[in-house]
Amino acid sequence: MPEDLVAVAMSGGVDSSAAAGLLHRRGVPIVGLTMQLWNQRRLPELAVDGASGRCCSIEDVYDARAVAQHLGIPYYVVNFEKGFEDQVVKPFVDEYLAGRTPIPCTLCNNFIKFDRFLEMAAGVGASRIATGHYARLGVDEKTGRLQMRRSVDTARDQTYFLFGLTQEQLARSEFPLGEFTKPRVREMAREMGLPVAEKGDSQEICFVPNGDYAAFIDAYFRERGIAPAGSRGEIVDTDGRVLGEHAGVHRFTVGQRKGLGIAAREPFYVIATEPASRRVVVGRNEELLRARFVAGQVNWVSIEPPATPRRALVRIRNKHVPAPAMVHPTADPRRAEVRFDEPQRAVTPGQGAVFYDGDLVLGGGWIE
Amino acid sequence: MERYYFDHNATTPVSPEVMEAFAGALAEVYGNASSVHRIGQAARQKLEEARAQVAALLNCERKEIVFVSGGTEADNLAVLGVVRHNRQARRHVITTAIEHPAVLGACAQLEQEGTAEVTRVQPDAGGVVDPDEIRRALRPDTVLISVMHTNNELGTVQPLEAIAAIAREAGVLLHSDGVQAAGKVPVDVKALGVDLYSITGHKIYAPKGVGALYVRSGVSLAPILHGGHHERDRRPGTENVPGAVALGRAAAWATEHVAAESARLSVLRDRLERGILDRVPGVRVNGDGAPRTANTCNLRFDGVDGEAMVIALDLKGFAVSAGSACSSGATEPSHVLIGIGLTPQEARSSLRFSLGRANTAAQVDALVEAIVAAAAHLRRLSPAYSHA
Repeated sequence: MPEDLVAVAMSGGVDSSAAAGLLHRRGVPIVGLTMQLWNQRRLPELAVDGASGRCCSIEDVYDARAVAQHLGIPYYVVNFEKGFEDQVVKPFVDEYLAGRTPIPCTLCNNFIKFDRFLEMAAGVGASRIATGHYARLGVDEKTGRLQMRRSVDTARDQTYFLFGLTQEQLARSEFPLGEFTKPRVREMAREMGLPVAEKGDSQEICFVPNGDYAAFIDAYFRERGIAPAGSRGEIVDTDGRVLGEHAGVHRFTVGQRKGLGIAAREPFYVIATEPASRRVVVGRNEELLRARFVAGQVNWVSIEPPATPRRALVRIRNKHVPAPAMVHPTADPRRAEVRFDEPQRAVTPGQGAVFYDGDLVLGGGWIE
Repeated sequence: MERYYFDHNATTPVSPEVMEAFAGALAEVYGNASSVHRIGQAARQKLEEARAQVAALLNCERKEIVFVSGGTEADNLAVLGVVRHNRQARRHVITTAIEHPAVLGACAQLEQEGTAEVTRVQPDAGGVVDPDEIRRALRPDTVLISVMHTNNELGTVQPLEAIAAIAREAGVLLHSDGVQAAGKVPVDVKALGVDLYSITGHKIYAPKGVGALYVRSGVSLAPILHGGHHERDRRPGTENVPGAVALGRAAAWATEHVAAESARLSVLRDRLERGILDRVPGVRVNGDGAPRTANTCNLRFDGVDGEAMVIALDLKGFAVSAGSACSSGATEPSHVLIGIGLTPQEARSSLRFSLGRANTAAQVDALVEAIVAAAAHLRRLSPAYSHA
């Protein structure tokens, strides 16, 4: 009985190409699928000359196809543009306009890669999927529960974006790169002769060129014939004194210092954005410190939902060093209150909060 | 793995007799057909023999055939060439919503550069254009009507004779994209009454890269390429003699066999359609009730993602298609299916099967089995698709 077919999500980058190569080398029957997520002919004003590293560029598809041909595996491009727009791009824009700072990668993982892509894989006859994420999967020997651990390459670890995955999703997923460091992955890509072995790393938010999300939101609204919602408003301090003007709340995120245009002895930081009044509240660095917050839509990954407060290291954005905290269950099982041992800077609504015990990903939720 | 090809409307393999003619021309006929010397004259002779074969397929004069690079160039030359040659102040073009992108793109270009205004007539739900709709779209400044002969995705045959009568009465030129008709239905440009007619080699078992445009004597075109005096000043560029020879040989085969091959394919197509309709519930024929080419079958499977079905079938060795490919190779909902009133969801649930010379009853039966299994598998997953 041959092993079950595995569908590999291939973006044309080094990581997903190496993931495909590793499985192929192990003799696992695989099919490569590239998700077409965003039509690059849209929003032409954002086009960057000679741009590469924009998601779903034709060059990336050529690269993925070249890798598949090199490996001699079946390969197809599947059209997920509508789902991506409905479930990632629109919520991304709406979140910014609601004064929060969203993470589209987590939405994409929850609703596209580990949902629609799993369905597409099943549809074409692949019972499992593999991606190039840096994360490790294991199993709790006592309970049989599937567990997620941080990648051995802690700098590359992507578990922060994977906290929404359920047991059902994990049961059908593999992360072939979790046991390797990025330099080792590149080395293996070279050993396997993959044509993308020397390709640069992709940017953080794949559909936003140059990370200029405010320009993206403005262009997206223009395309739909809607005036950019980011109309002008006041910049105020925490006492409500008007310090200046700004060009739209969606241009600001909690903790931001640059681009405020206020002259002062001490630097000002964004403390909060208030879309209803179009106000951006600024203050001193110490005013950014928060000792507690509530996380919503909490998903417990590697453990059963705890009934009592749970000690954890909590990461509140991708580059944040996880900080010691107690995670308190609330009456609502989908919400938890996080109380840090030491107040943390810039707890930002809309970002994820991921709870760790050492390497183990306990779970996570969205900062409210 | 044995692979069965059911995508002949996308392209056809090169047939053995065409391969022989093509290889022979490549090997032996290297001259430039415009040269004075006898090596050039030999190439010219082959070119003109091929032109006669293509003219015979369409029932026209040799001099009315212009060799081009394929269907896209033929359509562009017809649409752009007619409109740009006409010097009147206001120019209007009538076409349909279900044309090939080569016609729609040329029309859009004329609009964009301000050369002409364009009316795109919607077909009925069966995929057929009502000649009265064409009549109603006519304006005093209409210079061209372009309506395809048979549709690539549905196979529906358009009422060209009736449209030609309307065009003639109004004194307007009629172009027809016959890329999907040649070799599938008998084509007689005189009986149809068209002024321009496009064909391409690779849909009739000749190689890619060669096609032809019929231009009725007396119709003038502005060339779209600029250079030498080839093809009676209508298409510059050193003649692709081996390509023309291949097209000519394919045309000769089609002329001789179109009736018998169509009859054979219609039996196979009905066997396929019947086999699926009898065994898979919730399937509808797109373009049902309209006259169709014998080889084409476009089916809508309720609750099935067509893109997944194409891949699942390909992994089992069956080549079929859904929608049209965008630049990345991903599938986009077909503008033809949207054009006949399907929702994007319905268009995404549709598959096209197009048969050809190599297909047999046994292959069709194997395809039916694979479709029955794939549809059942995809429908089992279908509740999960409900959030689509």
